[in-house]
Order: sequence, then structure tokens, then C-alpha cells
Amino acid sequence: MRLDRTAVLAAAVVLLFFVSVLLGSYTVTIPDFFTIVANHLTGGAKIPGASFIVMENKLPRAVVGTMTGIAFGLAGALFQTMLRNPLASPDVIGISFGASAAAVVAIVLFGAAGAVVSGAALTGALAVAGLIYAISSGGKLRRTGRGNAAGNRLVLAGVGIAAALQAVVSFLMTRADIRTAADALVWLNGSLNSASWDRAGVLFLALTVLVPAVTFIAGPLRILELGDDAAAGLGIRVNTTRLILVAIAVSLAAVATAAAGPVSFVAFLSGPIARRFTGKASLPASAFVGALIVLAADYFAANLAPLLLGGTVLPVGVITGVLGAPFLLWLLVTANRKDA
Amino acid sequence: MSTTTARPAGGTGTQVPAWAPTGPLPGDASGRKRAAWLLAAVVVLVLLAGASLAVGARDVPLGTVWQALTVFDPTNGDHAVVHARIPRTVLGLLAGGALGLAGAAMQGVARNPLADPGIIGVNAGAALVVVIGIYVFGVTTFSGYIWFAFLGAATAAVVVYLIASLGRDGATPVKLALAGAALSAGLSSLMNVILVSSQDTLDRFRFWQVGGIAGRDWSVLLPGLPFLAAGALIVLLAGRILNSLALGDDIARGLGQRVVLSRAVTVLGIVLLCGTATALAGPIGFVGLVIPHAVRFLTGPDYRWVLPFSLTAAPALLLAADIIGRVVLLPGEVPAGIMTALVGAPVFVWLVRRGKGASL
Repeated sequence: MRLDRTAVLAAAVVLLFFVSVLLGSYTVTIPDFFTIVANHLTGGAKIPGASFIVMENKLPRAVVGTMTGIAFGLAGALFQTMLRNPLASPDVIGISFGASAAAVVAIVLFGAAGAVVSGAALTGALAVAGLIYAISSGGKLRRTGRGNAAGNRLVLAGVGIAAALQAVVSFLMTRADIRTAADALVWLNGSLNSASWDRAGVLFLALTVLVPAVTFIAGPLRILELGDDAAAGLGIRVNTTRLILVAIAVSLAAVATAAAGPVSFVAFLSGPIARRFTGKASLPASAFVGALIVLAADYFAANLAPLLLGGTVLPVGVITGVLGAPFLLWLLVTANRKDA
Repeated sequence: MSTTTARPAGGTGTQVPAWAPTGPLPGDASGRKRAAWLLAAVVVLVLLAGASLAVGARDVPLGTVWQALTVFDPTNGDHAVVHARIPRTVLGLLAGGALGLAGAAMQGVARNPLADPGIIGVNAGAALVVVIGIYVFGVTTFSGYIWFAFLGAATAAVVVYLIASLGRDGATPVKLALAGAALSAGLSSLMNVILVSSQDTLDRFRFWQVGGIAGRDWSVLLPGLPFLAAGALIVLLAGRILNSLALGDDIARGLGQRVVLSRAVTVLGIVLLCGTATALAGPIGFVGLVIPHAVRFLTGPDYRWVLPFSLTAAPALLLAADIIGRVVLLPGEVPAGIMTALVGAPVFVWLVRRGKGASL
């Protein structure tokens, strides 16, 4: 039953992927699409216009979108499960703000763009995650014995750092030239507008390492859900496992943020939706839901929103927020279980 | 069974089990220690308020500050400077206290350490309506912003609470936190739709967004006072309620607490406090989120101590941040909304590190 539902989600991702590549403001027929891709790979003749739009714009955009969604979905589900807190997601515990602060510093103070911003975001996310982990694991942490104390400290440290970084971002926004501030705002919302094959390649490499790592850690994670003491009793090395989990989840969020900016809500929303749809907490389902959200939102942002707003291509993160919020509220209202 | 055992359930009880939170005994050493800490915090706050009048781009000796307050001479430039600093000091005290109280109460109501006053949507609601005010009605002044901000804050909070209340169990902590987070994210995305398409609006909004207590005069402050007073009264009286809610809804019900009603009233107080604070000072993060946690390291989880401590510590942080912000980038100023986080974060991180697994 669960496998079926997860498969449905996977099929929906594939379907939506092709919808976003083939349809929209520029329509490509299916035979044309295969001709374009085949010719691109074999170096054959190009179809004027269509080849460029598909290979340089629509396809990389959809590929980056899919992988970003998978990474955010997995990262969010990992955090929420590990910390046993539905509010815990990379943005709440500070990692996205690390990326944002570094990116805004790069954009505003150094006038950076493109790959430099991505690199800064990645560095910022990882540095902040390392800082948070160092803060929360030092001191008198060892064997506090009480339930999820280490997790709580991780969250609190993250919250403190996130607040400070957010202040830095707001301040830089007031200091910047207004046009730079507007650019930074687009990045801060999460956008696929500058998706490219380079970015897709980096993201793909990262995912080929991280996704197998997630499947490897999924078993211990399930035991860790029972509580630190129970897990230790069952022979799990709690601290080591948690360190590995944090490292994987942070890396997922960091590479996704570097590729597309902190697309709001995807990490936060994927887990609850996947659970609602499949009936139980499921990492693969969360990944597929993440991809679905990003693809659907970006299709809307790139193709439908400009019609309503006189040509403004919205950042995808704006759509995930605007459409994601009512959806989560609906989930909450209709959920008949006590815990959402 | 006989009459001596505490009855576990039912709404009849004035009878309270022995383990229920009660007041500190008269000779209670920890109670006296906490009272001493509270006194120390009040002294620090008074000193900071004095410093807030004296320190700035133009430093005024403390003696002159005292003169300006007691025998005001309008022709004396120093006196005028001090008088100009009074509203911002008062606003620092009011907004800081409101945010600290609201934050502590919010974490209790939502039973979630990640909950801050913003989690019920006040910041996002206020921000969206302010952006609409700028974009549609061309509002440009702080006194113009307040009513938009208050309208947005109150509406968002009510909507969050209503959504969380739907369904069988009423506004459970998880539903409240999730509904708030969801609505906040949605509202700020709507706001970003406007900001991305209108650079002029972004240009004005980004200065409101940082939050601060400078540049507001009495005409901005005074309308907020009744709301703040009502909210503070409600929340300060809610300490016992929060203590029993912290034990979980079922136990609280068993203690004779009318869970749904008391939670609704507490949330009303929170909304009045942080909605008004946001209207007056813009969205100031960190204070409401972090001060209650910092306070718990001193007081333990008893809300009857956490609330007054938060009421004292939060304005101290806000004033300290504002004072540092005045001198750190002379001749310019760094808004208090920025400095609170920069000043507070290291302290908070230090507390987290040395604490023994903070929990609610």
C-alpha cells in the first residue's frame, strides 16, 4: 500500500517534470523534445530556437528544480524526525540563514553574482551548521540522560544564530543600493531563474553521495525516534548517529540552498504532506513531495504569474509560500489525528 | 477510597495535588535567591534607562540629565537632547517588556521552545499590511504605519488562532505552532510578491523591516498604551495557568483548569502585547524568542518567575542594544532591531552551552 502511494508520487514527479519542460510560455512537442535531446547528445542538427530554449533554459531549470526539491524534502524530513519537532526545518534552525547571510554579503558588499553567490551560500550554510553543532555538543552535554536534551540544545543554538544572521541580512538590505537590494531579495526568496547545467552538475554530484547516505542512515534514524535512551539500549551509538544525521541533513539543505536559494516551505512542508499522503513518515515520499512542490511552484512562477503581474517572473520561493501555506492549513484543519 | 487522596479528574476541584506548582514558601531559599536576582535585574534596567538618556551622538553628563528631568530649561541644548531621548527610552521599556512577556507566554501556550511571539503571525501580518499601506496608500511615516501594522498583526493572530481551533481538540500546541508558521510563511510570500514587483515599496519597507525604537515621538507611543496595559495584565496573571498547561492538556484539565478558555485568554494577552510592540517599533526579533530561554536558566520553569524576569530582562536587552547601536557606527546609528540579535546572540549561546539541556 505504502509502496504504491510512493510510486504514485514518483510518477507524478516525472509527469510534472515533462509538463514543465514541454508546456508553458514556449511549447515543445514530444517528438521535437526527443529530437532536440538526441541531437544535442550526438552533436546533430539543432532546431532553431527550440533547441536553445529547451537545452539552455527549460531543461536545466526543471532538472535543478527537481533535485533541489528532493534535497529540501529529504533535509526537512530528516530534521523533523531527528529533532521530533514539526517546526524544525533548515530555515528554523539557522542553516538557511547562514546561506542567506553569506550570499547577501557576497551580493551587497562584493557585488557577486552567479556561481560566486552559490559558493558563498554553501560555505555559509556549512560554517553555520558546524558552529551550531560545536555550540550544542560542547559543555556539559554528555549523558544528560533526559529525553532529547541534545536535540533541544541544537535547536536553541540554531535559533539564536539564526536570529543574529537575520539581523545581519536586514541591516545589509538597508545599507545596499536599492537595485542591489532588489537582486538580493530575489535570491533570498529562492529562485530558479539562473539555473544552469553547471549548477545541475554540482547538485547531481552532491546528491549521488547524499541520497545513498540517507538510505544507509534511515534504519538507525527510525530507532532514534524512540528516544535517546531507548536507542542507546537497542545498541545504537546515539551521538555518532546524530552527528552523521545532522551532517547529511545539513549538506542536503546547503547544496539545495546554494543552487536555488532558500526556497521557503519546501523542507518544512514535504514531511507532513508525505506523511498525510502515504499514511506514515517516509523519507522517499518526502523527497518526491519536495520535488513536486518545487516543480509545480516554478511552473506557476515562470509561466502563469507573469500573465497576472505584467511580466514579473516571481522567484519560485514566493509561490511555494503563497500556495504552500493554505495547503498546510488545510492539512491541519482536516487532520483527525492529534499530532499533525 | 477515602477523602484524603487528590481527585485526578473533573472540573470540581479547588483541591490541588501536592505536586502541583505552588508558591514559594516564605523561607524558601531558592525563592529568596530568585527575588534577589529579580531585584538585580530591575537595578540594571534602571541604570540602562538612565544611560539611554545620557548616551548618544551627543554625550550628556548624568548630572545634566538629572537637571533636564527635574528643572527643564528649554533654552539649554543638552536638556533638549535629553528630552528628545525620553520617548525612545520609554518605547524601549514598553516594547521590550511587551516582547519579553509575550515570548514567555507564547512558549508556554504553544509548549514549544521554538515558538516566539511572531509564530502566531503578528510580524508577518503587520509586515504585509504595512507593505500594502506603502504600495496602495503611499504611507511613508511611522505614525502612518502603526494602524496598518496593528490591523495586520491582530487579524493574522486571530486567523491563526481560529484555524488552529478548528477540529476536535481545539487549539492544541502543535496545531497552533504549525498554523502560525504556515500563515506567516504565506503572508510574507504575498508581501514578497509586492516587494519583488515594486522597487519603491521595497525601498521604504526595508527601513521599517529592521525594527527600532528611534524616531518615534509621543504621538506614536500614546495610542499603544492601553493595549499594552491590558495585555500585560492578562499575561502576568496567567503564570499559574501556564504552569499547569506546561504539564500537558490532560493533566491541566485534571487540575481543574479550563484548558480551552485559559489558552484563548492567554493568547489574547499575547496578541495585544506583541501586536502593539510590532506596531510601535517594527518587527524586533530575538527578544521574545530568546529572553525567556535565557531567563529559565536563572529561574527554572516556573512561569510565575519566568514572566516577571522576562518583563525586566527583555527591555534591558532592548535598551542596551539601542545604546550600543547609537555609538557603534558614528555618526550613523544601527537600529535596535539589528543590535538586539547581535548583542543578545553571544550571551544566549553562552547560556545554551553551560546550561543542562534546557527544556520547557
